[in-house]
Amino acid sequence: MTTMAPDAGTQDDVAYEAQFNAAVTAEERIEPRDWMPDAYRASLVRQIAQHAHSEIIGMQPEANWITRAPSLRRKAILMAKVQDEAGHGLYLYSAAETLGTSRDELLDRLHSGRQKYSSIFNYPTLTWADVGAIGWLVDGAAITNQVPLCRCSYGPYARAMVRICKEESFHQRQGYELLLALSQGTEAQHAMAQDAVNRWWWPSLMMFGPPDDESAHSAQSMAWRIKRHSNDELRQRFVDICVPQADSLGLTLPDPDLTWDEERGHYAFGPIDWDEFREVLRGNGPCNEQRINQRRTAHEEGAWVREAATAYATKQAERSRHGYRAPHDPQQGDTQEEDIA
Amino acid sequence: MNPAPASAALALGDDALLLSHRLGEWAGHAPVLEEELALANIALDLLGQARVLLSLVGDEDELAYLREERAFRNLQLVEQPRGDFAHTIARQLYFSSYQRLLYEELAQGDTAIAELASKAVKEVDYHRDHAEHWTLRLGDGTAESHQRMQQALDALWRYTGEAFEPIEGLTVNWATLRARWTDRITTVLRQATLTVPSGPQSGSWAAGGGRQGVQTEPFGRMLAEMQHLHRSHPGATW
Repeated sequence: MTTMAPDAGTQDDVAYEAQFNAAVTAEERIEPRDWMPDAYRASLVRQIAQHAHSEIIGMQPEANWITRAPSLRRKAILMAKVQDEAGHGLYLYSAAETLGTSRDELLDRLHSGRQKYSSIFNYPTLTWADVGAIGWLVDGAAITNQVPLCRCSYGPYARAMVRICKEESFHQRQGYELLLALSQGTEAQHAMAQDAVNRWWWPSLMMFGPPDDESAHSAQSMAWRIKRHSNDELRQRFVDICVPQADSLGLTLPDPDLTWDEERGHYAFGPIDWDEFREVLRGNGPCNEQRINQRRTAHEEGAWVREAATAYATKQAERSRHGYRAPHDPQQGDTQEEDIA
Repeated sequence: MNPAPASAALALGDDALLLSHRLGEWAGHAPVLEEELALANIALDLLGQARVLLSLVGDEDELAYLREERAFRNLQLVEQPRGDFAHTIARQLYFSSYQRLLYEELAQGDTAIAELASKAVKEVDYHRDHAEHWTLRLGDGTAESHQRMQQALDALWRYTGEAFEPIEGLTVNWATLRARWTDRITTVLRQATLTVPSGPQSGSWAAGGGRQGVQTEPFGRMLAEMQHLHRSHPGATW
């Protein structure tokens, strides 16, 4: 879409809105400088911010195992994965910035509890196998949720999602492969894998959000094409994918009601404990406090570093205004080695 | 190509392995998102180097996970706790300046270490650049950052002399390497309005036994964390 935003509300908003709606319906992309309804902008900021926050809080449960990874190969994979999550956070905060909300402001909302992150990260990673279960189930659920967002109506978000989904699919495969190695390993390793899957299965199903009839933002978001399938549809898709994969892994899923429903062509599954979901959402999960405290602490302890970077940049700008260039200015490339040699 | 001298591959491999481990401790704790990426990147590069170097000596996992404290040959510098961001940057400055100069020289040789060094020198160039940028920002940033950075440089100075003790199996002019390192560090610190520390850089009473397998107290605890899971499942594959 190419309609530029009006300068000062003198234009006819009704006409702009009609044009906006037509563009969305025609599956065109809305770009940062296009006119958009305030509520669309606010919904997107909320959704993108929650996603960005989930990426950076989601680093914690996995980073918990970096220093204990049982082989150097696994350690390298895990470090790369946690680094990817930081990268996803960066793309997403940048996408939100195109809507006029800064990263600082969003981080502030996260730290003060005004914005949420995915509840799944409020569960602890108790054993090494949890790293595999997160990759297979949590990243698997995230991909199921996110692939449709590659076609989201907001251009910067859709493009960020294309890249994120590629990396997430690699993460999901590494989780599956990690669990496979454990499942086919020693008895203790197999038991570790099964225990992790038992603990992560139900919280993963909750990642798709409340059932459709209780989902607050769904209808409008679907109309705006910033959500493309209902929570229950995506949850079913995920279950259908996981059941045969669990079989191949040689692991079971902790649901006695899980059966193939010939008529619907889907797996039927047992009731989800929505009380647990709401409790965790309310802040009463096993790690809510721990996760947000670590985030706040990292931010507060890093304040002097960010202040130093800002102060230095200001001094440098001042110096260049006065025609002074530092003898070793890193921005000018690195020639010092030759000087010394 | 000639076989790599095992003692040298072990010393350089252990440096990379343990510094990578310490950097990995930053995940989820960095002062700004960009540094989550940068520190992880450096940690990954070092881990990659460690895996190549250790594999020249034997099985990488056996060497990383099943050796006792006294069998490691890393510099004491790399095992020191990560401390605040200034400590991490001071260590990176000291270490990557050393590694950059050393690898440049080793890349000229004809062993498997030369092959690794010629590839790694490009990565290390970036590590040093990153450390120098931050040294400038912290040294010439605010009063607090200046003070923290100076403190970190002073605290880690005593672990730097050991880096220039000859490593068995490597033909390097260690005195020249030390002079070039000192020049480089001096230039950067001056530029950053910081002072080159004046204390001893090693000594039997201070530091300097890492290459002989005499480490510092934090090392054992670090190793316990790193090796625990692997050692709990003897013979398992992961």
